[in-house]
Amino acid sequence: MVRIGAFLVGLFFAGWLLISFLVGAVAYVTEPPQPTVEHEFHKAPKHVSFSFDGPLGKYDQAQLQRGFQVFKEVCSACHSLHYVAFRDLKGIGYNEAEIKAIAKQWAIKTPDVDPKTGEMSTRDPVPADYFPKPFANNVAAAAANNNAIPPDLSLMTKARHHGSAYVYSLLTGFQSQPAELLKKFPDAKTPEGLHYNPYFANLNLAMAPPLTADGQVTYGDGTRSSVDQMSKDVAAFLTWTAEPKLENRRRAGLATIIFLLIATGLAYMSYQNIWADKKKKA
Amino acid sequence: MSFPWAEHYTPKHPAMQWIDEKLPLPRLVYNAVGAGYPVPRNLNYFWNFGVLAGLALVIQIVTGVVMAMHYGANTLVAFSTVEQTMRDVNAGWLMRYAHANGASFFFIVVYLHIFRGLYFGSYKAPREMVWLLGLVIFLLMMATAFMGYVLPWGQMSYWGAKVITGLFGAIPVVGEPIQTWLLGGFAPGNASLNRFFSLHFLLPFVIAAVVILHIWALHIPGSSNPTGVEVKGPQDTVPFHPYYTAKDGFGAGVFLILFAILLFFVPNFLGHPDNYIEANPLSTPAHIVPEWYFWPFYAILRAFTVDFFFVPAKLLGVLAMFASILLLFFLPWLDTSPVRSGNYRPTFKKFFWILVLDVVVLGYCGGAPAEEPYVMISQVAAAYYFAHFLIVLPLISRFEKPLPLPNSITEAVLNRYNIQGEQDALPGMGSDPQPSNAG
Repeated sequence: MVRIGAFLVGLFFAGWLLISFLVGAVAYVTEPPQPTVEHEFHKAPKHVSFSFDGPLGKYDQAQLQRGFQVFKEVCSACHSLHYVAFRDLKGIGYNEAEIKAIAKQWAIKTPDVDPKTGEMSTRDPVPADYFPKPFANNVAAAAANNNAIPPDLSLMTKARHHGSAYVYSLLTGFQSQPAELLKKFPDAKTPEGLHYNPYFANLNLAMAPPLTADGQVTYGDGTRSSVDQMSKDVAAFLTWTAEPKLENRRRAGLATIIFLLIATGLAYMSYQNIWADKKKKA
Repeated sequence: MSFPWAEHYTPKHPAMQWIDEKLPLPRLVYNAVGAGYPVPRNLNYFWNFGVLAGLALVIQIVTGVVMAMHYGANTLVAFSTVEQTMRDVNAGWLMRYAHANGASFFFIVVYLHIFRGLYFGSYKAPREMVWLLGLVIFLLMMATAFMGYVLPWGQMSYWGAKVITGLFGAIPVVGEPIQTWLLGGFAPGNASLNRFFSLHFLLPFVIAAVVILHIWALHIPGSSNPTGVEVKGPQDTVPFHPYYTAKDGFGAGVFLILFAILLFFVPNFLGHPDNYIEANPLSTPAHIVPEWYFWPFYAILRAFTVDFFFVPAKLLGVLAMFASILLLFFLPWLDTSPVRSGNYRPTFKKFFWILVLDVVVLGYCGGAPAEEPYVMISQVAAAYYFAHFLIVLPLISRFEKPLPLPNSITEAVLNRYNIQGEQDALPGMGSDPQPSNAG
């Protein structure tokens, strides 16, 4: 009885799936799916190497500080860094006095409440504060940015495939639309107010190229600030904001694995030892 | 416990004698996972995965309880409390990554455990109850994992919750009220998050309870083994401790090394980047995909693209997805071959490996976007999945001619090690002709 029922159920599901397959296959042959413009022109991130690549790579603190400078002078005008606090900057090599000064001089102030009147007010950030948001709310952010809300950057490099390379590619990838694209997809012209970038998922983004000229940021350590260098530095900085514990994690991992290799080796020997009398060969 | 020659617990230390008199817990442990449980001497490494699944459950409970101490089950703060755990809690990143990757490892070992059972016929009499309870554990795991994935309240959390509860919405007439009732609203929201957190905390302990039943049911007939031939006497078994505790200790070490490599060096490899974006009901991700361990079932769900008369394709997909797991409950009665082990079933063995390949293909298609050719591939693969269990397996059991079985476990072991002397010395060897080993 069970087997007859099972046979019928199996016949139904398998049969209907094969019919669905045939229907789909006929449609696939008669009306092959049209390639989309994203399919044809979207590019995977460029290959770029960072000091933190590989299983034991470490952050380059000078680079993180340069990237922070780019964030401070360029990105922070529109993008928040909501999950990072000023105190966290210790992790990229600033000391307490420097962090205090950075917080105090930060262009965007921290929202607060006037202790006497209860009115909304602002104050200078302190090291314990998170980076203040550039816009009061999403409506204000959208209104100021051609109806697009600039995303928070704290986790950006983990929120995209190959995030560090993605940020670098996006920042260096702005270009005019290829003629070939317009020839093939005449309707896909970049709309007014958007900017063509083949590294962006749907090819057109609201953000105007933020890093446009060499020397836009003047690095304190004398590194030449080409667009390429600035893009790389800020990509490294955003990798750190997304994964500030990366070096601790890799260090702990190395120690754990060495310990486990020894422990597993001993476990294997005791296993062989215990089983010796059951496995002896003739 | 299960065999008359099992060693008896005789506490030596007076303190243990005192405890054992008042509460025979030491005796219970001794008989369950100590020297008092005789186990076939020929188990291969595939028999490690039960213990490893238990280890994975313990890792999940320990890391999960710590995570819960820092988590806020409210849509306004859920995402940021998880981020704060990663950044500001001592070793919070370790707990979070261990919990997220621990779920994947739990499924890896459980899938290997299930396929071991499928190949070696562990579901056959007299171990049907072990198999059924194992499937209950599997279903509970899936529910727990699904709800756990919603808790960080990222984009995939939100949209995954929406899609999965939407499955119930496909049921005619009562579907939508059920979906609303499950979510506590018309879309995933604070009410959903709170109940998912509550259940996500509860279910692992339910799993632990069913694991106890699973082991209890196992210990009545005793463990199966790679030959599928039943234990015939003391020469066929070794005490669980120290023989299998030592072997499982080694297995646990290998498991932990692989776990540590993923956890410490590529902790986001198995996750989806979209879940690092906070949930946004107004922005649908380009491709909504569940975690990898649900991909084969997701592929079956999406394989139905044509309505069956008045039954919409979506409902068919939902029914098929549930059926793909529920049919496993009938397996002990679908596979009627008296031979358990795939090693002695030449036809079964070939189809088993086709099934393994088929499930891998289904998994690949389930993780891919719902585009051609993936849909067509998953249709063929899903058709084979159902045909394998419901049509092919019962037919094989009827027509297949199995290879000759060894007379006993000891004979199989001695042949493998080519030990002549001991074999002659053993009493009763080869005395019973071709045994029917299906219990």
